[in-house]
Amino acid sequence: MSQVSSSITVQLNGEPCRIEGDPRLAALIEKLNMKRGRIAVELNGEVVPKAEHDSVVLRDGDRLEIINFVGGG
Amino acid sequence: MQDTPFRIGERSFKSRLIVGTGKYRDFAETRRAVEESGAEIVTVAVRRVNITDRGKENLLDFLDPAKFQILPNTAGCYTAEEAIRTCRLAREVGVGAMVKLEIIGDQKTLFPDVPATIEAAKILVKEGFTVLPYVTDDPIACKRLEEIGCAAVMPLAAPIGSGLGIRNPYNIRIIVEQAKVPVIVDAGVGTASDAAVAMELGCDGVLMNSAIAGAKDPIAMARAMRLAIEAGRLAYLAGRIERKLYASASSPLTGLIG
Repeated sequence: MSQVSSSITVQLNGEPCRIEGDPRLAALIEKLNMKRGRIAVELNGEVVPKAEHDSVVLRDGDRLEIINFVGGG
Repeated sequence: MQDTPFRIGERSFKSRLIVGTGKYRDFAETRRAVEESGAEIVTVAVRRVNITDRGKENLLDFLDPAKFQILPNTAGCYTAEEAIRTCRLAREVGVGAMVKLEIIGDQKTLFPDVPATIEAAKILVKEGFTVLPYVTDDPIACKRLEEIGCAAVMPLAAPIGSGLGIRNPYNIRIIVEQAKVPVIVDAGVGTASDAAVAMELGCDGVLMNSAIAGAKDPIAMARAMRLAIEAGRLAYLAGRIERKLYASASSPLTGLIG
């Protein structure tokens, strides 16, 4: 029997990540202290445009990838 | 001497040197080397954000995208699908749609998988990317990539990070002669003379990372590369003398004291 709860668990960059409270993508990005102009997000294999970060609501089991730029040649 | 601008897609650049940002000690050294090189285009890699170390500095805090053309690469990708996925994500960061397409075919040599590169390039061009593909020094492969609509072709001079210099200058010359898009030598440059040779062959630019970042003094090498690219380009435009087997005196043969 599952308990009614506001917490969900998503796979964030391959690791389980528990999210309590606001399940919107923008809230998670803010909580992780990431700057929007520095990252890009993929949700279940699809790129999420920045304009949709506020409206996208994460669900339990979602696969999330957040990338940034690092040194490379 | 007047030079034509170095144009890639819609944009023009003064510097013909493109530099990578890998293998530096820290971001501060990366920035100093980039500034000293005079490069206006810098390559970066696309990787997962470090979730556990959130206070970590970001490369773009050191290389202002308003000042530099950021060129995300698909390094580490072995299939067209992975590379396309990486490019789509990179574009969403918001620094433009210019990408360095690099699909590796073999771990030891890091030579490109040309069929996969062509396949990915077709899709990326259709999706509006400005595609700069890393490719073998094969004139036919370069031609195919140009026909697809790539904004430049980037044949390797030698294996990535090898520092072996231009292994096949004749192929590079053929590629330069036939290409209607810029030819950028990507990978294999070891020192300044290699970069100058690439430019003397008529290449439009050179992309390098290890040769600068791996030098004992990366900042000094960055400057050396800037000068070598300029010198090589100027020599190409000036037009070198023919190679002759025998001597040709520089001083008059008449009026010798006798």
